[in-house]
Amino acid sequence: MSRRSHVLPGFKLTLGYTLIYLSLIVLIPLSAVVVRSAELSPAEFWQVVTAPRVLASYRVSFGLSLAAAAINTVFGLMLAWSLVRYSFPGKKLVDALVDLPFALPTAVAGISLTALYAKNGWIGQWLEGELGIKVAFGPLGILVALTFIGLPFVVRTVQPILEDIETELEEAAASLGAQRWQTVWHVVLPILLPAVLTGFALAFARAVGEYGSVIFIAGNIPMVSEITPLMIITKLEQYEYPAATAIALTMLAASFVLLLAINGLQAWTERVTGRDR
Amino acid sequence: MATLTRFEARAATREPTWFKWTLIGVSLTFFAVFLLLPLITVFHEALKKGVDTYLAALVEPDAVAAIRLTLTAAAIALPLNLVFGVAAAWAIAKFDFRGKHVLITLIDLPFSVSPVVAGLVYVLVFGMQGWLGPTLAGYDIRILFSLPGIVLATIFVTFPFVARELIPLMVDQGRDEEEAAATLGASGFQTFLRVTLPNIKWGLLYGILLCNARALGEFGAVSVLSGHIRGQTNTMPLHVQLLYDNYDYAGAFAVAALLAMLALLTLALKSFLEWRYADELAASHRH
Repeated sequence: MSRRSHVLPGFKLTLGYTLIYLSLIVLIPLSAVVVRSAELSPAEFWQVVTAPRVLASYRVSFGLSLAAAAINTVFGLMLAWSLVRYSFPGKKLVDALVDLPFALPTAVAGISLTALYAKNGWIGQWLEGELGIKVAFGPLGILVALTFIGLPFVVRTVQPILEDIETELEEAAASLGAQRWQTVWHVVLPILLPAVLTGFALAFARAVGEYGSVIFIAGNIPMVSEITPLMIITKLEQYEYPAATAIALTMLAASFVLLLAINGLQAWTERVTGRDR
Repeated sequence: MATLTRFEARAATREPTWFKWTLIGVSLTFFAVFLLLPLITVFHEALKKGVDTYLAALVEPDAVAAIRLTLTAAAIALPLNLVFGVAAAWAIAKFDFRGKHVLITLIDLPFSVSPVVAGLVYVLVFGMQGWLGPTLAGYDIRILFSLPGIVLATIFVTFPFVARELIPLMVDQGRDEEEAAATLGASGFQTFLRVTLPNIKWGLLYGILLCNARALGEFGAVSVLSGHIRGQTNTMPLHVQLLYDNYDYAGAFAVAALLAMLALLTLALKSFLEWRYADELAASHRH
């Protein structure tokens, strides 16, 4: 990148403002988590973040987030494929509604899913009454909520890539004698892979931190269906600030690793598809 | 029946019909169960006890106070993040400097942080045991459990929306037009107002739309900082929770339905922008 002469004004002003605003709103408050965690001795810190109930909450949060992201990867890819490659009635409406989990407040999603999957709900009375599968007020309820909020990610990362793939590639494969499934498997899916993984990581990262939609449907049973953000709230309500901060730090560390992974995946997507972000 | 997509029109990029309809069937079933049914449930539950109960829950004083508080918080947070987004995009798109990618990543950071942690960080700064809490208390300034705390939480969770919409758009558009204007003697402000703004206005609106939707609906971060005082520091989503926890399901779903309608309105406007102004939006939205 060549350094241009500074014809345009406002560099110092806008960059300065950006850095100050970013520091005041995000960086300094976040640093409080790191600094205040240091008030605990390493032994105390370790005791808090590895307490049995907290460990159980990691298993619930990370395990179910992983499962929800996996569900969304499979169905999100299918939905993206249908939306880009096929025509069917109501397609535009479906396309617009895919973003609903981004726009719908999480508390609304939470109470709605609970009503739907509770014993007397539309789906719940069938699942719980007929099949004996309890969804609301247990781990499966959390899985449903996390699937809901992560639904748009894979669809929206895959859609533009699928749209942009040059049809010549697939035509070349077909003309060289490839079956359609071979073309899809060996030509199309490898191009989509980085975008699919990016969507998976985004859905996973969102699910790990999710609170609003989960607490209504989870039942919040200790050791069984408590998510990690709820553990932070619980500690806060008991005025155990250092403990809340310590758990928050472990979550921040996880978010940070995920953020790096997502950035790496996005760079890979750009390399594979030649798109600039 | 809609017209065929360009992929269906050619033999080389077409799957068998049975495959097409199986795939559509499976993905639409998933869509219906996980997305459509919850949406319908909100309105069904809200109207179960009749329109009168529904409307009564919305004009009740605590609900009105919650609506007012939510709108106030959004009205403060939105312009602040808007100014920030424009400034950040201007600096990043129009100039070269070291650490640009780090800066972009840091701007995105609030999306990766759990809303609960976002609330907690302000407790650590402004709480009575926090960095600034005791000092501010000396001046009788309350941040937590009042409007400023709610606004801070809202700003944090909506922080990246405008910036991440404008940055790719303005990088895409380059600097030539602005440089031409500046060379011809326009001031920085004139250049921005007459050259840049017309180019980015739809992208800007798109960012504001997403920012606003999140601001109205935020739950986790606001929940930590609000104090849950009925009629005073309860936003709409918190009011929903309060009614729901008190077994007032009709009331909870009435307010929830209002929020759901706002969400649908957001999606409608968003789809309209994507359809009408596709060329003027960032590349990631042109589909």
